[in-house]
Amino acid sequence: MTAPVIYLDNNATTRVAPEVLEAMLPFFSELYGNPSSMHSFGGQVGKDLREARESLADLLGCGADEIIFTSCGTESDNTAIRSALAAQPEKRHIVTTRVEHPAVLSLCKFLERSQGYRVTYLGVDAEGRLNMDEVAESLTPDTAIISVMWANNETGVLFPIPEIAALAKARGVIMHTDAVQAVGKVPISLKDLDVDMLSLSGHKLHAPKGIGALYVRRKLPYRPFLIGGHQEHGRRAGTENTTGIIALGAAARAAKAHLPVENTQVRALRDKLEASLLAAVPDSRLNGHKTERLPNTANISFKYVEGEAILLLLDQLGIAASSGSACTSGSLEPSHVLRAMGVPFTFAHGSIRFSLSRYTTGADVDYVVANLPQVIETLRKISPYKQGEADPIDPKKPACSC
Amino acid sequence: MWEYTEIVKEHFLNPKNVGEMKDASCVGEVGSIACGDALKLFLKIEDGVITDATFQTFGCASAIASSSALTELVKGKTVDEALKISNKDIAGALGGLPKEKMHCSVMGQEALEAAIKSWRGEAVASREHSEGEIVCECFGVTDHQILEAVRENDLKTVEDVTYYTKAGGGCAKCHEKIAELIARARGAASPAATPEPPKRLTNIQRMRMIEDVLEKEIRPRLQLDGGDIELADIEGPLVSVTLRGHCVGCPASQATVHGTVERILREKVDPEIQVREV
Repeated sequence: MTAPVIYLDNNATTRVAPEVLEAMLPFFSELYGNPSSMHSFGGQVGKDLREARESLADLLGCGADEIIFTSCGTESDNTAIRSALAAQPEKRHIVTTRVEHPAVLSLCKFLERSQGYRVTYLGVDAEGRLNMDEVAESLTPDTAIISVMWANNETGVLFPIPEIAALAKARGVIMHTDAVQAVGKVPISLKDLDVDMLSLSGHKLHAPKGIGALYVRRKLPYRPFLIGGHQEHGRRAGTENTTGIIALGAAARAAKAHLPVENTQVRALRDKLEASLLAAVPDSRLNGHKTERLPNTANISFKYVEGEAILLLLDQLGIAASSGSACTSGSLEPSHVLRAMGVPFTFAHGSIRFSLSRYTTGADVDYVVANLPQVIETLRKISPYKQGEADPIDPKKPACSC
Repeated sequence: MWEYTEIVKEHFLNPKNVGEMKDASCVGEVGSIACGDALKLFLKIEDGVITDATFQTFGCASAIASSSALTELVKGKTVDEALKISNKDIAGALGGLPKEKMHCSVMGQEALEAAIKSWRGEAVASREHSEGEIVCECFGVTDHQILEAVRENDLKTVEDVTYYTKAGGGCAKCHEKIAELIARARGAASPAATPEPPKRLTNIQRMRMIEDVLEKEIRPRLQLDGGDIELADIEGPLVSVTLRGHCVGCPASQATVHGTVERILREKVDPEIQVREV
């Protein structure tokens, strides 16, 4: 299958930036040394890794020694949460949110079910925001860690991480944030924050898949997840993914350089896409807060039609996006994020997420705006539910649990 | 991404017979917007033959394709022929569906049945009034629907049932109940579907089965009347038993041994079994 013409699924994964690919290629071929080796052939690679580590630290505003390279965002999340629990065995409570990525949510459910931890899942309001009073109330002397994502992958809604981190610090609770969607899209300066641990993933910021990182604040009690060799100062064993690390370093430099673009050009295109679609398609709505949101994400629901059908028709037009509908996941329920926000079923099944990148052009947006209304119209002609009719949900019918 | 067949894609991209039929003889409606898919099927029936069919569907690509294929399948069929169309036939007409999407074909079959029932003036079982009791509250699926799907499609696991009927796809509370229904449907279906030649049983299996049937099915019955039975020996097809309790000296004991005990063992284990009292 050829690459889609218009790629608006950058929260799922991004293309590897040309400068990133160029930086990593030599490490597949001539520069194949092991950085741990005692010869200069390997030692040279070690120097390049240091440079990559410094580039990433520079993007995050932290020390290079506070970065641990991992294989992916999920590994970073698992390592962070398990480390906090292992370092404080007497504490048995975890705080997180109902809208986390499965990398955090499924782990918390697992720990709750099989290891007896108590977990508080914080809810969100209709616009996807946390209630800070609830956050404050949830922290107890028994709380080992609070893990809250920086930005939601489905709606792009941003959480007040600086405030939550300050609160956690005041209560003596370790604070972790899954910043996989935020890094490279919003400015982050960890030295000015009370965040203890932060997860990120390379392939969300134009590095390849298979590389991630975990920031661990200096002097934070830490317990490694992978035990073995001395790599990453004994904090993450396993021979370094040298190509991946080099790529992530290059991607971090590019992300820092392009950060203003994300918040000007990308944001402007996103806003145009969003406003045009909401204006052109009746019975559509935005999911998530209007302003407290990533600059690249628009989650829009179209009433009376189903997300997978929309995606496949868009696919025919060469447009790649994603959906929170039940059918796209293989599960039978629509997105847990939209459900947590109380998005009505009539809208939840027809939600489409558009996520842009710095490679998205004005022509891309125009093409989608020109074609999507027709796609919705086609499906609405097939649908038994029609605009203007009374809400088709029969209250007597068994409600879906969604 | 789902792997849809070319036929599914064709029916989805260019669905046949879309829209409301103003002069329909009957309409069948299943699903709801809350559950993520719904189908409204319109049939025109003349002299017992379906002369036209149209549909409206809210749902994913396979739901739309299943509806489109269904309308093509029923056209020209008599009502009785149409009633024989199963969800498998619908999936077959599409060149197959991913198993996670089989519930789309089930929805088509249910809509067809509902439409024809309404045409015949039979009470149309909307989900909340349908026969049987609701097992999956999340998606409003009844035990009847589950049993039928298991028998029709030879389903073996709870996961399968979820793929075909959606039951169990929500809160998962009903998984145990679904497992029981699978066991019930398969237990009832298997002797007919796969008549196990009794000679295949090893001696040990045979003995265990006989013991099992005696213990679980025969003894409780006799005990109701204050009697009891004990297995004395098994030798080939010959099963020796000793009657106890009230059975001893009971004038009906011969009827018990040859009627009840032998009949049940022949039915459950081996038609050649002979029971004698020792």
